[in-house]
Amino acid sequence: MKRIALLGMPNTGKSTLFNRMTGAAARVGNWPGITVELLAGKILLGSDMIEIVDLPGIYDLHGFSEDEQVVRHFLHDNVPDLALIVLNATQIERQLSLLLQLKQLNLNMVVLLNMADEAKKFGITIDTAKMTEALGIPIFLLSAKYGNGYHEAMQAITRALRYTTPGMAENLRDQLKPDEQMESEMARVLQHSVQVPARLPDNLTSQLDHVMLHPWLGLPIFFGIMYLLFQGIFFFGQPLQGAVNELFGWLRDAAVEPLLSGLPAALQGLLLDGVYNGIATVTAFVPLIVLFFLFMAIVEDTGYLSRAAFLMDALMAKMGLDGRSFVMLLMGFGCNVPALMGTRVMRSRSLRLLTMLVIPFSLCSARLQVFVFITAALFSPKAAPLVLFSLYLFSFASAILTALLFKRRLPNNEPFVLELPPYRFPTMRQMVLRGWHEVYHFIHRAAKFIVAGVVLVWLLTHLPPSAAPASADTWAGIIGAWLHPLFEPIGITPELTIALIFGFVAKEIVIGSLAVIYGLGGDALSHALAQQLDWVQAYSFMLFTLIYTPCLSTIATLRSESKRTSFMWFSIAWSLVLAWAVSFLFYQGARMLGY
Amino acid sequence: MPAVALSTLAPGEVAVIVAIHTEEPLHQRLLAMGFRTGKQIELIRRARFSGPLQVRIGTTDILLRRNEAAKISVRRP
Repeated sequence: MKRIALLGMPNTGKSTLFNRMTGAAARVGNWPGITVELLAGKILLGSDMIEIVDLPGIYDLHGFSEDEQVVRHFLHDNVPDLALIVLNATQIERQLSLLLQLKQLNLNMVVLLNMADEAKKFGITIDTAKMTEALGIPIFLLSAKYGNGYHEAMQAITRALRYTTPGMAENLRDQLKPDEQMESEMARVLQHSVQVPARLPDNLTSQLDHVMLHPWLGLPIFFGIMYLLFQGIFFFGQPLQGAVNELFGWLRDAAVEPLLSGLPAALQGLLLDGVYNGIATVTAFVPLIVLFFLFMAIVEDTGYLSRAAFLMDALMAKMGLDGRSFVMLLMGFGCNVPALMGTRVMRSRSLRLLTMLVIPFSLCSARLQVFVFITAALFSPKAAPLVLFSLYLFSFASAILTALLFKRRLPNNEPFVLELPPYRFPTMRQMVLRGWHEVYHFIHRAAKFIVAGVVLVWLLTHLPPSAAPASADTWAGIIGAWLHPLFEPIGITPELTIALIFGFVAKEIVIGSLAVIYGLGGDALSHALAQQLDWVQAYSFMLFTLIYTPCLSTIATLRSESKRTSFMWFSIAWSLVLAWAVSFLFYQGARMLGY
Repeated sequence: MPAVALSTLAPGEVAVIVAIHTEEPLHQRLLAMGFRTGKQIELIRRARFSGPLQVRIGTTDILLRRNEAAKISVRRP
């Protein structure tokens, strides 16, 4: 099968073109010579099936960044039959440098000058015929977003694929001409084919930035937007997640349970409460991920994410993070899983890892459910909001402390030089495709892991068969008793320890597990808790719940996104250590003060 | 006019890039972003609390931190 590689600088709409060409059929895959996964799709072009690979956006072939190495290695080990070069027409003046570098590789190339609609608005005129002549490469204008010029481009691609690509030199970097020579060639090509107005018209972007990046209004507007996004995910996500849970519950009662009724009770429990609930857990995240990436697509595609980086950078740089990390951290307060997936916008690996280490401390909506229940049971209605607020403060403090502690271990080596794209309207198609790709990715990468984890916890809390479920006689209870010396100094009882083992799967089931452990539900459970615990113990339990590993889905995502199991274990270990230390300091401190 | 650091320009000021004194990786990135000697550069705005700068070269708007902008010399016309 012939292969097309999509190449270009970041922010050229390369992915938009890729989506237009492949639709929802794209899949991530591994390639020889490189460690990262790339999105690829197969399409019918003319009468042949063609494979299209979306390479990461790069600024130049010389570069030292991870993405630039990936592209070099990919081109070396997987010579494409056609390199489709996507350049931003509004920035043709500088993006030509990448094209000239690529031209030296003797690849079979077609060049698409994307965002032709924007270039026209800027008053930039490009004579593609003259440019084609000067460079000896077919060049076409395109608007990948709206589809103008798409048909002609596809025809040119089909034509170009009839000829095969010459080979590739052994060492790509040595082959490149020195920069000075390149500059004179750039000037030669541009001179006859491109006209750019001396001064850009004061457009909508400048006017909007005047408000959005205002010295005093910028930050309040930013927090306002973040608040709305957060509320949006909460407002739409909770009922959707509830609906999915209800659907699974109904399906269980109506179909799955009767179907399994012939089986022995233990096997039935394993299949229902283990496997089936595991699948339900995975599925409950789907609406959240779709929603999150719908909102993220808006924030990113409109160009606001770079503005957020501008506004928050002063503060975040001190923590070894950048403004985009902050956006993800805030989104984590809705749900950690998509926030972790969202860190992919950061191209520097260490910056990404540091951000991924910090995100699990965001007090997500699932943890909030636990805290609302416990504060209602143990604190007066007047104190409850303050208690909740203090937990949010602890959440931020844990994140900041983690970033400060580990920023030297994960130094950000990518220079902070970001493009500020003009404000753009995202298209519905782009947003839907993005959501679909992310859900596919999550299910593909994390589902097995999550189901296995749920089954494991079920086994721990139900075996040996002679023990009552979640009681002290089960394996979980035995582990709880064994861990007791560790949990006693932080005021956590053996019953609560078993609940914490459940909480490893998902915080949503912590209260449910307490109900099973105590054999009580609702108000009766609240009373039992209030009788058995004092407020210091309850608060210590909440601190531990806040800081230790949020859920199996988060762990699975940490593993699949970092592609390093050691990183996942490190994150789990660090959060457990920090959770214990904070709870210990609080519990012993409060007791010393006489509470 | 003597050359000054890009980080010293005021918002709205236009200057010409004279020299770029940065380490290799950043230098490559800046070149690709359009930072070349002789090019005109405009400082659009500065973020609060010693945050990054927004500059414009040709049709591209770029964010960079102040300590990095300090390594780029420019001359006011």
